[in-house]
Amino acid sequence: MAYTEEELKKELETKEYEYGFYTDIESDTFPKGLNEDIVIGISKKKEEPEWMTEWRLEAFRVWKEMEEPEWANVHYEKPNFQDISYYSAPNKKPKYNSLDEVDPELLETFKKLGISLDEQKKLAGVAVDIVMDSVSVATTFKKTLAEKGIIFCSISEAIQEHPELVKKYIGTVVPQKDNFYAALNSAVFSDGSFCYIPKGVRCPMELSTYFRINQAGTGQFERTLVIADEGSYVSYLEGCTAPSRDENQLHAAVVELIALDDAEIKYSTVQNWFPGDKDGKGGVFNFVTKRGLCEKNAKISWTQVETGSAVTWKYPSCVLKGDNSIGEFYSIAVTNNFQQADTGTKMIHLGKNTKSTIISKGISAGQSQNSYRGLVQVNSRAENARNFSQCDSLLMGNSCGAHTFPYIETKNKSAQIEHEATTSKIGEDQIFYCNQRGIDTEKAIALIVNGFSKEVLNKLPMEFAVEAQKLLEISLEGSVG
Amino acid sequence: MDLKDKLLSSFLAFESNVDLDNPVHEVRSEAIKNFENRGFPSKKEEAWKYTSLNSIQKVDFSIFPKKESTLEYKDIKKYFVHEIDTYKIVFIDGVYSSYLSETTHDGVDVCLMSAALTKPQYRQVIDVYFNKVASKDESLTTLNTAFSKEGAYIYIPKNKMPKKPIQILHLATGNEAALLLQPRNLVIAEENAEVQVIERHQSLTGNEVLTNSVTEIFAAKDAIVDYYKVQNDVNTASLIDNTYISQKDNSVVRVHTFAFGGKLTRNNLNFYQNGERIDSILKGVTILGEKQHVDHHTLVHHAQPNCESHQDYKGIFGEQSTGVFNGKIIVDKIAQKTNAFQQNNNVLISDKATVNTKPQLEIFADDVKCSHGCTVGQLDEEALFYLQSRGIPKREAQALLMYAFANNVLESVRIPELKTRINKLIANKLGVSLGFDL
Repeated sequence: MAYTEEELKKELETKEYEYGFYTDIESDTFPKGLNEDIVIGISKKKEEPEWMTEWRLEAFRVWKEMEEPEWANVHYEKPNFQDISYYSAPNKKPKYNSLDEVDPELLETFKKLGISLDEQKKLAGVAVDIVMDSVSVATTFKKTLAEKGIIFCSISEAIQEHPELVKKYIGTVVPQKDNFYAALNSAVFSDGSFCYIPKGVRCPMELSTYFRINQAGTGQFERTLVIADEGSYVSYLEGCTAPSRDENQLHAAVVELIALDDAEIKYSTVQNWFPGDKDGKGGVFNFVTKRGLCEKNAKISWTQVETGSAVTWKYPSCVLKGDNSIGEFYSIAVTNNFQQADTGTKMIHLGKNTKSTIISKGISAGQSQNSYRGLVQVNSRAENARNFSQCDSLLMGNSCGAHTFPYIETKNKSAQIEHEATTSKIGEDQIFYCNQRGIDTEKAIALIVNGFSKEVLNKLPMEFAVEAQKLLEISLEGSVG
Repeated sequence: MDLKDKLLSSFLAFESNVDLDNPVHEVRSEAIKNFENRGFPSKKEEAWKYTSLNSIQKVDFSIFPKKESTLEYKDIKKYFVHEIDTYKIVFIDGVYSSYLSETTHDGVDVCLMSAALTKPQYRQVIDVYFNKVASKDESLTTLNTAFSKEGAYIYIPKNKMPKKPIQILHLATGNEAALLLQPRNLVIAEENAEVQVIERHQSLTGNEVLTNSVTEIFAAKDAIVDYYKVQNDVNTASLIDNTYISQKDNSVVRVHTFAFGGKLTRNNLNFYQNGERIDSILKGVTILGEKQHVDHHTLVHHAQPNCESHQDYKGIFGEQSTGVFNGKIIVDKIAQKTNAFQQNNNVLISDKATVNTKPQLEIFADDVKCSHGCTVGQLDEEALFYLQSRGIPKREAQALLMYAFANNVLESVRIPELKTRINKLIANKLGVSLGFDL
């Protein structure tokens, strides 16, 4: 065998964050701290209309009164919200029309990340809205989309050009006062993506954004709003990598999905923020509020692969308001070293004949703690609601933990709810079986983990599935013998 | 004056009736301080998210009954499992009733907590066991500890087994408009000992009763303890039952909870496994109607390797009842080779009934098999149709299916007469007479 258990462990521990580099681009950064002036400042900087400034201020006032949530099963040093710069934008404005105009250093960054724009344009057929330190730098394939009437742009652009849509929908699924981080985001969000699919249109390509934290000490506050009008369909991808940094960085995003009658939204995430080094130093705090609203016959499907971040606090949820609507949640959460993840979903059944499916796979290695926290709520008028939940945990090594906190609240007798959870480790007999057939231990583990996560990986779009599989391998190979 | 203040001031009165030099009194004083700091739990606390004690705190409870009551055996016979011969410890309004009871000191001790706490021959046992596994910061437990004075004391020495099962019956006569009872039980099974206990709380009138009970159970090496809780009280009686169990190597403890009634019932059932190859079994059947509320809160803490736990709770909820199940399994880092299973199945038979369930796993060891399953559903339409097509009326068909649903929990009941009694209670609760001999 090529490796012994010890060697494998060592290699994994010393495996540095592969995407840990830092690009030196001059940034236009606000002074640290948060007060009403900063909120107004951000709003002015983005040349926003007055209603938006007001909306932000309202959120800020609510936020000031709120306390950081402590119920999650994670322990970390709380960020000092007055020690963060709330706005940072790559300097050279205005926007570029072609790639040639883009700062060569920035292009270099993308190349290192493996998302070279021209390549993506030609090969993948993916329109990429790249968010680097909070400002959308380039948007591709806009024209193809425009022909179909699809709006896909940065949220600040949308506030300028489609205020009626933004005004109508922003904050309807995640209100400003929803929770501590959502309120903070509502007050200070710098940028994000906006997407509108008109009635009956099937979006011809996968829409995607890549987020990346670049400037030291800048918090990233993304705001995403996706609206699928009646009978439309869209598949949206979101992926993250962040550079190595010792200081903890804060990421508090809000994603709102609105699926009107008969619409379908598929939202996939691969999250690989810097998880901190093997001693648990540094890493990103990922406090994200994601929620979707389903009208009649609509469907929202969340798929996530969480491998990064030092602390994850994330519950992509579905409000099944319309009759016959469907919510799905497929998740793989991998934690290693000192990572902590508290993630799961909420399925709120309000309409009749609503269905939801939850498949959650947690894999913990090293000293990490991995928690599933989910709520299935059936309201008294939700006739024939149906839920199926499955939470499986895989433990690698005896220093990590796997936890399950499912909440099930039923107020309707016609509801049918099933929840099951299991916790186990990779069986020695399974490894032995593979060894016996000439597969070395490392490959055997990859194989077993892959099989364990298959149900979720299968839900990812092709481009992401490959990347996700790679991430799983990087995060886990060799973590047990 | 709210209930908390009333309790705090009553403690002073309580002190004038007990021996202050007894070391137990230090435990009491410590406990009342903790209760004073914490007060009653509110819904803001995660453990009390689905159960509110607000309505209870508004009642003006008598803490010490003024009048002594007497009852005739024939009036209360039906509350015993009277088909078998048993030891009996009977309390009327919290006061021991010697003529209704049958205690023993023949090789085993089946007697009173008040004796155990005050008499010197029990001092050694009390020092080792009293308040050793019960929580020192859970507020209702500390409240009970502060007022601990009376209850059942059961001590089974090494290699012994009492000749017959033990029944503990708490009766409330309604002499007071509203009565608070705080029984404190201690059950100790030494090495290779075995004991069976049946416990029941029963209010005889429509007057308000609140029972805040604490039971500590110690099972030493190779000991076997069976504890059956029969909860079928009237709709003005509330019960907060706190049971703490400490187990040593190879011991087996089974706790069955039959929750069929009462206004508000909260069962805090905590298992601590302090040895290897332990088996803990938690089973429950809950059948509710009207506005009844039952909250099962279980904890199994696996602290040593090679242990098992099995939980199976079934619930049937009708009318406007509410059922809560909150089960937690903790597996410590060193508790490798743990097998922990948890199952919670619920049937809702009314539009206004509610079920809240939260099965939790907290696992820190990797070589374990832990699973939990939980369902909420209805009776199978096709099975109902099948029975109806064979000429069984709908009501009976439903009852048959519900009976079958709850039945596998009863399989592990080891006293046949008790099983028959529970079967009758289930049939009664479902409002039918099942056409076969139970």
